[in-house]
Amino acid sequence: MAKPSNEAFFWMLFSAGGVVAALLIPVQLFLFFIAFPLRWLQAPSYDYLLSLARMPLVRIYLFVLCSLPLFHWAHRFRYTLYDGLKVKHLTGLIFVLCYGGAVMGTAIAAYLLWAI
Amino acid sequence: MNEGATKGAEGYTPFHPRWYRPHVSVYWWLGEWHYLKFILREISSVFVAAFVIETLFMLSALRNGPEAYAHFQQCLRNPLVIVLNVVSFLFIVFHTITWFNLAPSAMPVRVAGKRLPDALVAAPSYVAWIIVSGFVCWLVLR
Repeated sequence: MAKPSNEAFFWMLFSAGGVVAALLIPVQLFLFFIAFPLRWLQAPSYDYLLSLARMPLVRIYLFVLCSLPLFHWAHRFRYTLYDGLKVKHLTGLIFVLCYGGAVMGTAIAAYLLWAI
Repeated sequence: MNEGATKGAEGYTPFHPRWYRPHVSVYWWLGEWHYLKFILREISSVFVAAFVIETLFMLSALRNGPEAYAHFQQCLRNPLVIVLNVVSFLFIVFHTITWFNLAPSAMPVRVAGKRLPDALVAAPSYVAWIIVSGFVCWLVLR
């Protein structure tokens, strides 16, 4: 695992991601993945969504929405595996897989939002 | 930070007498509601990650044109995907509530030397949640 001095940095990312996830994911998930597919609400048109996603501020918003919650996941999931399932002997591997996943997701989000 | 402690430990030979350790089952969190709640809260992070992956797929479909986006929407209508998303939603709302309610314990606010009631410290988070959700709805649905 990282040195104790790095733990604060990862905890900051965890905490920031926790705030973003708590505030933004419920409404995003409800609209796009529940209400629109079930036709509870009229889904916006493709053109409108694309023009929205191309606005600079919305790009930043979507980047934050994708990136920080992944680091939140990485921290929590890591400790769930350590403590919950007691797999302490795989510490290094779990660390690399969790944060590697978060970094990869962030890179994909950056690419998609840059190229959209 | 703990240099003194580390130096002091250098001459120490790590010896772990196993027989003094009580055995903790892998299912230690199933017995009591508080432990179960803790594990459910931690598991909510998996649904957070799943949501992000789903959103990345949506952005990718949006980028690839109207047909790709229509196909993605078709996939979202699959009953299994709907069930998964409803379960995700419940877990993430659980995360939101536990997260907001944790704030007063993590950073107690004091006014004139007295600690503010927890509900009063948590309340602004809920207000912010409503305002932000309302704004996102307005932007997407207008």
